[in-house]
Amino acid sequence: MGLQALFFYLFAFIAVASAFMVISARNPVYSVLFLILTFFNAAGLFLLTGAEFLAMILLVVYIGAVAVLFLFVVMMLDIDFTQLRAGVLEYAPVGALIGLILAAELIIVVGGSTFSPEIAKSISMPIPAITERTNTAALGDVLYTHYVYFFQIAGLVLLVAMIGAIVLTLRHRENIKRQDIPTQVARSPETAVEVVKVKSGQGL
Amino acid sequence: MEIGISHYLTVSAILFMLGVFGIFLNRKNIIVILMSVELILLAVNINMVAFSSFLNDITGQVFALFILTVAAAEAAIGLAILVVFYRNRGSIAVEDVNMMKG
Repeated sequence: MGLQALFFYLFAFIAVASAFMVISARNPVYSVLFLILTFFNAAGLFLLTGAEFLAMILLVVYIGAVAVLFLFVVMMLDIDFTQLRAGVLEYAPVGALIGLILAAELIIVVGGSTFSPEIAKSISMPIPAITERTNTAALGDVLYTHYVYFFQIAGLVLLVAMIGAIVLTLRHRENIKRQDIPTQVARSPETAVEVVKVKSGQGL
Repeated sequence: MEIGISHYLTVSAILFMLGVFGIFLNRKNIIVILMSVELILLAVNINMVAFSSFLNDITGQVFALFILTVAAAEAAIGLAILVVFYRNRGSIAVEDVNMMKG
């Protein structure tokens, strides 16, 4: 067993264990934290396969943005989570059965298979050697030339998601004090100041 | 024992299974269901990257990047809908979601 195998089993074991904790933790905050741990170890697995850029993107985008977004929402909503946990084991046998069948099928199908030698001919975008081109540069070479339309559509998807999220959650709340810039700018001494003559000893 | 593609595919299959199982297990809690969907997408990403690495073809990594984009968009929209729904109903139980029609 080399060092690579050691780290593979380490990352894989922690990823699977924390993924199990994601779905079985009582408190959703713990679920989110275990989700972060899963992503972290998946990033380690990506590093082992040589996909360095994707590993870093997983850390930045998934842990830094998506998981923290989950954390925000879990903490912002005031929900009785114990009530949501009620009857949690009712459908667990069905779910476990379906999940196990699915996993067994996947492992049986892909676990023992190997690549046929002809597949090397059908590779469209070979990865250059790491000594010549770094992973990030190689990805950029392909992404900004051959897949540039896909890249722009991905940007469009993100734009639509951003606008959609803002439109959904923005609300105009009544009955709170707000600045009214035109009214403030339009004030003049005549409208703003009132001179009152107060008779002595009487007050207003 | 050399680490081959089947090892990665097995890890990914187990993660996928846990995601599907999580949807069944936490069927009342939308937040955990969304997290399970993230797990499933992560499993798909591991598949993509493993094939990309062992076939020596970078296309898989490009597609993993696009899956990441779509997953981020999905999480943002899903959580936004969740927040709006919580404001309207004061709960996020899945059984109550049928009032959103129309």
